[in-house]
Amino acid sequence: MVLSARGLGKDFGGFTAVNDVDLDVEHARIHALIGPNGAGKTTVFNLLTKFLQPTRGRITLLGTDITRTAPDKVARMGLVRSFQISAVFPHLTVRENVKVALQRPNGLATQFWLPLSALDRLNARADDLIERLGLAPYRDHRAADLSYGRKRVLEIATTLALDPEVLLLDEPMAGMGQEDVQMVARIIRDVATERAVLMVEHNLNVVADICDHVTVLQRGEIIAQGDYATVSSDPRVRTAYMGTDA
Amino acid sequence: MAGKSEPIAGEHVAIHPKAGQIQLALVAVALVLAVLAPQFLYPIFLMKLLAFGLFASAFNLLLGYTGLLSFGHAAFFGGAAYFTAHAVKVWGWSPEAGLLLGVLGAAALGLVMGAIAIRRQGIYFAMITLALSQMFFFFCLQARFTHGEDGIQSVPRGHLFGLIDLNDSMNMYYFVLAVFAFGLIVIWRFVNSPFGMILKSIRENEQRAVSLGYSVARYKLAAFVMSAALAGLAGGLKALIFQFATLTDVAWQMSGEVILMTLLGGIGTLAGPIFGAGLVVTLQNYLATSDFPVTIITGVVFMVCVLLFRRGLVGEFFASKLGRRLGFRAQS
Ligand SMILES: Nc1ncnc2c1ncn2[C@@H]1O[C@H](COP(=O)(O)OP(=O)(O)OP(=O)(O)O)[C@@H](O)[C@H]1O
Ligand SMILES: [Mg+2]
Repeated sequence: MVLSARGLGKDFGGFTAVNDVDLDVEHARIHALIGPNGAGKTTVFNLLTKFLQPTRGRITLLGTDITRTAPDKVARMGLVRSFQISAVFPHLTVRENVKVALQRPNGLATQFWLPLSALDRLNARADDLIERLGLAPYRDHRAADLSYGRKRVLEIATTLALDPEVLLLDEPMAGMGQEDVQMVARIIRDVATERAVLMVEHNLNVVADICDHVTVLQRGEIIAQGDYATVSSDPRVRTAYMGTDA
Repeated sequence: MAGKSEPIAGEHVAIHPKAGQIQLALVAVALVLAVLAPQFLYPIFLMKLLAFGLFASAFNLLLGYTGLLSFGHAAFFGGAAYFTAHAVKVWGWSPEAGLLLGVLGAAALGLVMGAIAIRRQGIYFAMITLALSQMFFFFCLQARFTHGEDGIQSVPRGHLFGLIDLNDSMNMYYFVLAVFAFGLIVIWRFVNSPFGMILKSIRENEQRAVSLGYSVARYKLAAFVMSAALAGLAGGLKALIFQFATLTDVAWQMSGEVILMTLLGGIGTLAGPIFGAGLVVTLQNYLATSDFPVTIITGVVFMVCVLLFRRGLVGEFFASKLGRRLGFRAQS
């Protein structure tokens, strides 16, 4: 178990957005978190990555209790997330975006006395990732000028640059064309061979295709868990979520 | 928004192939002008300009390149002026040692103020820096070594490295010019460094920087301390140039003035704050002899400029077609 939560809960004022969530994310497995809009998926992500402080419950990452740890520390421990609303550095180029992620693990983030060319030795590694995610033609474009789907791909590239132990992806394929969805699905499956992945995804074909384990959330509570076949045949899930879809 | 892959209209002006050389040439011209200037203008006026230009540039390091609006930079400028003045006058230190003490003192103040304020955002950050600098103002009003309302008067300029007599106004001018150039090079390097890259990414998307594992507060604090130290360098210089340090330098109006200079010239550009400072200092100089109330005039000029040139004078130039063709780019 690399990441686990017990009795996780979050109240916003009087409103309970997440309640009593138990979650176990395992190494070399792709875990999907699904549920209707407003179910609390993003909030769970925010709690796990400590961008929000949980009201109740405990979180353990790689054997360490991180219930009260700061979000940047959690990231340095190997739990890295992407955002539902694509998060890139708009005025930096694609390559610079990836390099910003590489700077810290390579000890090149605090030198205020060195020229920018000191970062050239990150180029090869950055270009590798850029190539792998099909962004090579846009390497020197500013992130702001990319299409929405490519911004998402870029965000995945920067996330992978950190080589995290646990990867949390919030709707990584939203807004992507079919081709990109296939590519990203392939990449996620690739990288999951050596790390844990937890992803929120609305595209159930993708979930059925690549996810080993599915957790269904509704109104902040887990209503079903298991592999896709089990979950999708659960009557509660069918009415709550898939009734409209499948 | 930018839901298409076409470049945003107006974004792509081809940069002139020789833009780099042209920029270098402009810097060279500025340098030559700075070297020749005391032949035509009063050295004391020019030195004031350089000191405030450096002060505004230090401030811009925080506002323009880190995205933090401090309303307390007078504490660093004026504090350093006191430290330097006291060291050279009372302890008989050399001018360079006095300046160094000013810089270190300002950096220490910056560390304390920054540590308290840095986790606040926007207007709260500005308010806390203002409150802390006001506390420092009252400390300076009460402390013995600052001599209250009188300030520290007749500060000796002394001999640089024990050799060069700074009482000679030409010697002093070139010393000030050298320190100014040094300060700007430090800022330029700071901004265009691996560290500067992280600062930029924090400014662009703080949440994302956190999620990549950057302790955002520490990076901001480092920038705050650096900005304070350089503001201190300017303040120490000011004490040596005018040979006094007074409460005016630590008063909140000084914090306001440096914001004004920076915005007038254009935040996030290296040259902007220098031009802004030049404009304000020149205006003050001309108006000092007239009957007009200086603050009202500068206030009006400020308002007109902000309404007409939202990016500041230099900022507007950088954003113009010509500016972009020359490869200039404001950080924003
Ligand atoms: N910071 C906040 N303050 C108050 N309420 C919040 C906050 N963040 C989320 N909520 C509420 O919590 C509930 C869950 O939101 P959340 O964003 O986690 O849902 P989601 O499952 O990610 O939905 P979607 O599929 O639309 O992304 C929603 O009702 C939302 O309005
Ligand atoms: Mg969501």
